[in-house]
Amino acid sequence: MSSRNDTKIRAVIVDDESLARQVVREHLAPHQEIEIIGECANGFEAVKLITEQKPDLIFLDIQMPKLDGFEVLELIDTGSAIVFVTAHDTYAIRAFEVHAVDYLLKPFGAERFEAALDRARERLNANSPTAAVPATELAATARPPAQYLERIPVRDGAQVFIIPVSKLDFAEAQDDYVALSTEGKKHLKQQPISSLEAALDPSRFLRIHRSYIVNLERVVKVEPYGKDTHVAVLRNGVQLPVSRAGYARLRAFLER
Amino acid sequence: MHPILSRLSRLALYLLAWIPLAALLAYLMAATGGLTARQAISLSFPLCFLYAFVCLSAWYSCRAIPSGRSTIGKLLEVHIAAALVASGLWILCAELLAYIFNGMSLYPGLTGRLSRTLPILFAAGVILYLFSVSFYYLLLALEASQTAEAQAIEARVLARDAELRALKAQVNPHFLFNSLNSISALTTSDPAKAREMCILLGDFLRRTLGLGEKSTIPLAEEMSLIHAFLAVEKIRFGARFNMEENIAEEALKMNIPPLLLQPLVENAFTHGISNLIDGGWVRLDARCQNGALSILVENSFDPEAPPRRQKNGMGLLNVRQRLEARYGDRATFNVRTEGDRFSVAITLPAEGEGRAT
Repeated sequence: MSSRNDTKIRAVIVDDESLARQVVREHLAPHQEIEIIGECANGFEAVKLITEQKPDLIFLDIQMPKLDGFEVLELIDTGSAIVFVTAHDTYAIRAFEVHAVDYLLKPFGAERFEAALDRARERLNANSPTAAVPATELAATARPPAQYLERIPVRDGAQVFIIPVSKLDFAEAQDDYVALSTEGKKHLKQQPISSLEAALDPSRFLRIHRSYIVNLERVVKVEPYGKDTHVAVLRNGVQLPVSRAGYARLRAFLER
Repeated sequence: MHPILSRLSRLALYLLAWIPLAALLAYLMAATGGLTARQAISLSFPLCFLYAFVCLSAWYSCRAIPSGRSTIGKLLEVHIAAALVASGLWILCAELLAYIFNGMSLYPGLTGRLSRTLPILFAAGVILYLFSVSFYYLLLALEASQTAEAQAIEARVLARDAELRALKAQVNPHFLFNSLNSISALTTSDPAKAREMCILLGDFLRRTLGLGEKSTIPLAEEMSLIHAFLAVEKIRFGARFNMEENIAEEALKMNIPPLLLQPLVENAFTHGISNLIDGGWVRLDARCQNGALSILVENSFDPEAPPRRQKNGMGLLNVRQRLEARYGDRATFNVRTEGDRFSVAITLPAEGEGRAT
């Protein structure tokens, strides 16, 4: 990464409107040191391209088909500098919460664009601070308050799956990842289980153990299991450990 | 303000109404107590005159304990107690009066005969008092319903005002910003097209701003506004959408509130077509049937589109509220989601040139 100065900055433009991509392209044209390695018109394409190409700089629209800009960020390993480009000023705070380099409001002029590029170069030349904090966690915490997750995008290689939370049976913490169990399959996602817990509706999902969050609709019964512990039996027969604190929470919920 | 005491004419009417009551009472006293007609009348008329004012006081206790806020039991308890006390005092007055007449040797033996009619007199006193109580509660209820009606009318006026204000703020800023961004792109690549888009956008804005002043416009005018909107979106979205219209000739002449349908078509773009990679469609049907104008706005959408991270549906809500404020029960508004189709069906009274209304 330290040899960044000698090589070109590889950029990707993500926007569903071709005219909007064209504006960014034109603003980049005079900059010989920046190479546009690809353009995407929707979230799926963006995740695929970014995962495969690992660009340095991403111009990212927010409202797009399939995945929105924040969901794209959740699914990529960002060492990249992100410049949001959107007509909506309402996302600005969240954009900076996920450590965006800049937030360009459409329509913008050359001067404003240059300022964004300068900030991006600065970020890329410094020892990228974004790498220290996983983007996934940031994007998840950047969710607006009082609005719970409705779907969870996950990535397997360059392929993206969308899991509606109603189809999530349970989630299990595995080191830096969570394994999301849905319809008998497991999907891994790089995210601490606590941040997933915070994003899910607490009236539908419960942390029953340090390592488990369960979809309450799936729980058929709770049985004692050894001293002080219990197991939750799910509709599909899966048994999950329930800690003492988890059992107290589960009982509090069932008694309501 | 006391409903009867506040006006002299009402008080006179009220006292007149007591005359037949006094006559009835005199008859009862004569029949049960053996009083002569003269004796009975000279007792019952002054007594009724007095009691008419006692009953007027029931108004204050009725207002103090409104029927809606206390239990029936509590109400009965209070008013029956008051009736017993009032009537008790009343027969005391009757005895006093008879005693005075006796003392003046006008009607010897009156006190004895009166004592035989006292139970009747007492019962009449209680009934008359309770009757006044019910009368006042009726008045209070009437008053309350009138106030409620006045409030409803006021709410409607406020809704109208809100409607006008909403209309003025109708132009979606994101539509404007995105369009300006498209123009900004076109200025270098296709200046002629940029100019065309400026003109289209200007046309759309001018129409939108002008319509806010009007109360209703023919559907034809709303359609030409929608066409101006679509012309702008066509440049933004290119081949990504298809618009289909099935509008009956007579429907075009019907009057609708301005900017009723444009927000629905715009919705079809922001929540439908803009989320479809391969593009989508919008359909607008309108026809007249049985004195009603039925309009259907339908579009394709991606059921798995990313959730909007900000409040949406404002356009829909606004349209529904405006219909409600203006037409009440005479308009309907139905939203349906079926697979990858989203539709809004509206019916409103068919009013316009083509029809006498």
